[in-house]
Amino acid sequence: MTTRIGVVTFPGSLDDQDALRAVKLAGGEPVSLWHRDKDLHQVDAVVLPGGFSYGDYLRCGAIARFSPVMSTIIEQAKAGMPVLGICNGFQVLCESHLLPGALTRNDHLHFICRDQRLRVENNNTAWTTDYAAGQEITVPLKNGEGGYVADERTLDELEAEGRVVFRYLDVNPNGSRRDIAGITNAAGNVVGLMPHPEHAVEALTGPTTDGLGFFTSAIKKLVNA
Amino acid sequence: MARVVVDVMLKPEILDPQGQAVQRALPRLGFEGIADVRQGKRFELEVEGPVDDAVLARVNELAETFLANTVIEDFTVRVEETATA
Repeated sequence: MTTRIGVVTFPGSLDDQDALRAVKLAGGEPVSLWHRDKDLHQVDAVVLPGGFSYGDYLRCGAIARFSPVMSTIIEQAKAGMPVLGICNGFQVLCESHLLPGALTRNDHLHFICRDQRLRVENNNTAWTTDYAAGQEITVPLKNGEGGYVADERTLDELEAEGRVVFRYLDVNPNGSRRDIAGITNAAGNVVGLMPHPEHAVEALTGPTTDGLGFFTSAIKKLVNA
Repeated sequence: MARVVVDVMLKPEILDPQGQAVQRALPRLGFEGIADVRQGKRFELEVEGPVDDAVLARVNELAETFLANTVIEDFTVRVEETATA
């Protein structure tokens, strides 16, 4: 049985097609989900893709968080369904309070687009088991509001519980506290990060194929579940 | 119709690079003596009917859940007196 992984399209999503393709290349069955449809069509996991949902109006991800599909995703995520939020998807997960903290405007105010080196700090989440702990990967990064912030107590808690999943290497591209590029919830099924693994799945178009492991991790976990 | 104004500001401890950029531009424009600038958002809600405690409670709720992200932002709610037409 193939693993069905849904990718939500919000008005203004940009990277939904790349995420669907990444699922396919990883051996899963990609399923398009629509923001107005509460039904998740029997998917086993969900990816919230990058882009500018609702034009980033109000705050990045703030309006998407209240879309019909999100009410089901929030419910399922709390019940253990793997959910990956990439870039705008990470912002949606923070706005939904599935992940703590928030993403704010890059400290240097510039939109940044580059290949970014990351360290995988936690390889026990639903989306990172195919990496080695401490493995260094390179995937594209592109954002204007990617500065991760949370209060000191929350940051200490994330560090103590091993919930910082990815950290920026070489340079901190956006002023994120403690070089945090991605985090997970306590259960390890919900992961959000600013860089884009779905753009690093094929030699032709990506800097590496380091991003494929996100999708193969989730598929393996679901097959063995 | 009554107007309720919701002001949303980044919390003091959250860096405001936009406000900083505005502040740094001021001397170039000949405006001296502005030590700091913080940039926020103002929402003007035109409310149908009288604004009583129940309405204000609802506005507070919508500000807290939607207009502001209380992880990084503070908000205030106030009724603005409007001149009768």
